[in-house]
Amino acid sequence: MLSYIARRLAVIIPTLILVSIFIFTLQKILPGDPALALAGEERDAATLEFIREKYHLNDPIYLQYINWAGSALKGDLGISLRTNEPVTKLIGSKLPVTIQLAVMAMIIAFLVGVPAGVLSAVKKGTVVDYLANIVALSGLSIPNFWLGIMLILLVSVNLGWLPASGFESIFVDPVRSLQTMIMPAFVLGTSLAATLMRHTRSAMLGVLKADYVRTARSKGVSEHAVIIKHAFRNALLPIVTLSAVLFGQLLAGAVLTEQIFTIPGFGKLIVDAVFTRDYAVVQGVVLCTAIGFLGMNLIADIAYFLLNPRMRSML
Amino acid sequence: MNRKLLAGLMLGVGLSVTPALAADLRIALNSDADMLDPDQSRTFVGRIVYASLCDKLIDITPELKMIPQLATSWSWSDDGKTLTMELREGVTFHDGEPFNAEAVAYNIERSMTLPESKRKSEFTSVESTEVTGEYEIKFHLKNADATLMAQLADRGGMMISPKAAKAAGADFPTNPVCSGPFKFKERVAQDRIVLTKFDKYWNADKIHFDSVTFLPIPDTTVRLANLRSGDIDMLERLAATDLTSAKADSKLKVESATSLGYQGITVNVGRGEAAKKPLGQSKLVRQALSYAIDREALNQVVFEGAFQPGNQQVSPASPWYNKDVPIPARDVEKAKALLKEAGFDRVEIEYSVPNNPVQLQIAQVVQAMAAEANIDIKIVSKEFAKLLDDDSSGNFEASQLGWSGRIDPDGNIHAFAVCGAGMNDSAYCNPEVDKLLNDARVAPDDAARKALYDKASKILDEELPIIYFYHLKWIWALSSKIEGFVPYPDGMIRLENMKLAD
Repeated sequence: MLSYIARRLAVIIPTLILVSIFIFTLQKILPGDPALALAGEERDAATLEFIREKYHLNDPIYLQYINWAGSALKGDLGISLRTNEPVTKLIGSKLPVTIQLAVMAMIIAFLVGVPAGVLSAVKKGTVVDYLANIVALSGLSIPNFWLGIMLILLVSVNLGWLPASGFESIFVDPVRSLQTMIMPAFVLGTSLAATLMRHTRSAMLGVLKADYVRTARSKGVSEHAVIIKHAFRNALLPIVTLSAVLFGQLLAGAVLTEQIFTIPGFGKLIVDAVFTRDYAVVQGVVLCTAIGFLGMNLIADIAYFLLNPRMRSML
Repeated sequence: MNRKLLAGLMLGVGLSVTPALAADLRIALNSDADMLDPDQSRTFVGRIVYASLCDKLIDITPELKMIPQLATSWSWSDDGKTLTMELREGVTFHDGEPFNAEAVAYNIERSMTLPESKRKSEFTSVESTEVTGEYEIKFHLKNADATLMAQLADRGGMMISPKAAKAAGADFPTNPVCSGPFKFKERVAQDRIVLTKFDKYWNADKIHFDSVTFLPIPDTTVRLANLRSGDIDMLERLAATDLTSAKADSKLKVESATSLGYQGITVNVGRGEAAKKPLGQSKLVRQALSYAIDREALNQVVFEGAFQPGNQQVSPASPWYNKDVPIPARDVEKAKALLKEAGFDRVEIEYSVPNNPVQLQIAQVVQAMAAEANIDIKIVSKEFAKLLDDDSSGNFEASQLGWSGRIDPDGNIHAFAVCGAGMNDSAYCNPEVDKLLNDARVAPDDAARKALYDKASKILDEELPIIYFYHLKWIWALSSKIEGFVPYPDGMIRLENMKLAD
């Protein structure tokens, strides 16, 4: 098990280096001068030159990368061109927001998607199955921004049940925090639930045809126990992997959803940073999400071991 | 009935009829402010926050007249090279430090010399300042400069606490200390900026809120939804397309003011290959394009008639507008005739447009109108940073660009039209215009300045390095419970006299 993790880690580090070089180069190829984007309407020559000097934009690109990577290893991701704040501090303030949103969205997705998938597999071909499929398909095809705005208009403007947008830290005011996050989490959760439902359904269908399920049934195990103990536990494996990948994607920020509900998370941070050519922030956020994504994959692999006794015995 | 219960009930009733003690005003902004330091910041929304946080030496009226704020009176020497200001007594900064002439001297010095300062170009005429009394300061100028007052009525004239600025250094923006009606409490990037009432404010009687919270909400629909649901009390920049529905809502009211800026087409007339096309080469072609556009129809189609059509660097609502150069009516035949006169049957224009839906819609309307006058427009949509880069390096033929506007007319034209000036993307160069615009900077009074600007706008209207279309209107929507809001053409929200209705 440990050697397996070590092997995976050995792949992760070169991946991170490659990702950072890739993003760094890509950013510099982007048209548009960061000094100009930053100076905005106050773009006199002296201001532009000052910005270029201050942020070393005149240095050759390899030197800029080496400087950045050197500081990054020491935990310094540079400062934001736009707000002058350290990038680590910006990431530190956005990360809890994004994690909270991602966790809440995953919980909703799991609570809806997995039971719906199991049910529609067990009741394959019945009204329940068709209904679940229709709901899942709608969840996948309704755009998040549309659903978000409709929810705001219905729940906040017409019914007045929840705040329309905004954010409160869960440590400051847990009730308000949940109130502001439930709608965006629901919007994100529904599309994820649809994906989860489809995968759970096909995994369950595969497993339900397996010999050991037939054996269990012929032994006289109750149908309930067959589905939960024998079928579902085995079908869970691909779902866990998928969930980890989905969660990793959520950590990269849900740009549209954050924009609509005005949640100060990763998605908003990176979009604003790209438009203002705030290189240090883009670079820092990408690095951070890459780590998060790879980390989630590693966790998925470990979960595989824990859930699947056959893989444990392989070690 | 239990006496305690009765007392409790009475107390409860009593509490419910007493007005809420902590009155918080929640204002939604179009985007997040940048650094909260008047010398370093550059965003429009930042200035809205400053209107509550940082007092200026001078303020303006909605009619753009200069009125006292931290300076109580001022006078110019006869040669226009010395400005003497009397300052308000008894004003303190949020950290308790006194406001006086030394503080003003420090602030001007900081604006002019701080390496990060974006105010340097606004004070190029200032030679030095001289403290001539506890509450009197003199500005010595290198040359007469009529635009200085306008700088002192904006970020250049905002006063920060010298002690706090010296102590904080580069960290000042994280905890700004000024002398305005509200002091800084906290900021969560991209989420909120909270200010609380400053009890020792010199004009505290006119402030009726205990705190004000600014919330950046970029999506216009969501901004309005927040106002409707009561999560906010006020928003700035309502979308013109939402105007009808907001006006129909009895819980809301809508206010507007024509902005100081302009929107139009900047034409490259003097730099690189792009300037050698018919549009850049011939003023007749530019005039043809101007005649091809129905400015009022454009306003109706894209903005439901909410904005102000225009044809000069200032709007027709401005006291600086030249009435002898009226907005041209659309005239397709005249446009075609002008093209013929220039020697063309048809011309083609490559037209750079920022890639947002509203800007693209404007471009498409212009394209359709121009096509009828034999002008074929090819729209090239560019991401904004790329557009700015191309425009400032002369890599464009025509570009759909605007300007947020300044109080003084100089701020809308000098940097855009004078040979080699900082934002002269057209690369327009006409010594006659240069002289008029430079003279207007040093002219003794507004009447003399107006005469010079009128002459310049006459020439510019013929040569058209920039073809002006329309002027934005600032549109605010607010809860009908809020009283006393006065719309200003600078788009700021001044909280003096604003309050919740009883």
